[in-house]
Amino acid sequence: MTLTERIITIAMVVLGTMLTRFLPFLLFPAGKETPKYVRYLGTVLPAAVFGLLVVYSLRGVSVLTGSHGLPELTSIAVVAALHLWKKQMLLSIAGGTICYMLLVQFIF
Amino acid sequence: MKQKMQVLGKAFACAFPFTVPILAGFLFLGMTYGVYMNALGFSFWYPMLMSVTIFAGSVEFVAANLLLGAFNPVQALALTVMINARHLFYGVSMLDKFRGTGLKKLYLIFGMCDETFSINCSAVIPDSVDRGWFMFFVTLLNHFYWFAGATLGGVFGSLISFSTEGLDFVMVAMFVVIFLNQWLNEKRHVSSLTGLAVSLVCLLVFGADDFIIPAMLGILLLLTALRAPLERGGRAQ
Repeated sequence: MTLTERIITIAMVVLGTMLTRFLPFLLFPAGKETPKYVRYLGTVLPAAVFGLLVVYSLRGVSVLTGSHGLPELTSIAVVAALHLWKKQMLLSIAGGTICYMLLVQFIF
Repeated sequence: MKQKMQVLGKAFACAFPFTVPILAGFLFLGMTYGVYMNALGFSFWYPMLMSVTIFAGSVEFVAANLLLGAFNPVQALALTVMINARHLFYGVSMLDKFRGTGLKKLYLIFGMCDETFSINCSAVIPDSVDRGWFMFFVTLLNHFYWFAGATLGGVFGSLISFSTEGLDFVMVAMFVVIFLNQWLNEKRHVSSLTGLAVSLVCLLVFGADDFIIPAMLGILLLLTALRAPLERGGRAQ
């Protein structure tokens, strides 16, 4: 690829990303009444999307090979336990991550 | 002027702690990305400029491969839209929250990556803090972390040796915590469970590379079917 072709390719990736981020705001501008169905989606989607993101962030984990997802499962349990106990976001995240790093570096 | 600075300072001070996990995660992932680009033979200009202009983690790795293949802009556009389709849901969720944020709104939408969306959508912002500026600083800080990581990785790529194996789990941990917070704050878990279960089933059926679109359609379908009972029982969250 020439430099121009590379710039066009990157521009296309920028355009595609912006399209997915701006489209809802272009379709339902702030000045106009948003359809009730879309407003309903706006209230129920976040919870579902957080679930989707958890699965998405774990999509590379293989349960059948390697460490069978055990470090991930253990560390998520640590995150959940810490969070239910102290409800300190940073503590839960740091604790789970340190646990995971120890597991993959020294045990699995 | 002095008052404005106070508003900004307060919003920044409130926003920064929320972004600390992302500071760790993005510096690391950004560096991984920069090192990856470096290993593919790109100069540091590529990860540096791509991290600022694209600012969507997974698709930037894909873009690196696109740059090495044959020139095909239509394919690049289509592939990007497909990988990033989940952002459509973020937009629909933030239609109300971004209202009244003025010109900042353009940047808030531009910089709405997974992590920024999760924070801006779930953070409980005190009344004394300006919402618009809070979300602006969350977006800006995350954008900066990613840029800094990618650039450092691109410049020092070949020098870095990784003793930080597993640090990328910080992102998983953050999504788990945000999911838990949502779970603890909602009366009914229909929507949370829908998102988790549909995504999991789709991941098993379609595999890691192709599950997002079917999962989105499944979630949309189920939540639409459940609209009447969910609305009857008051707001789902």
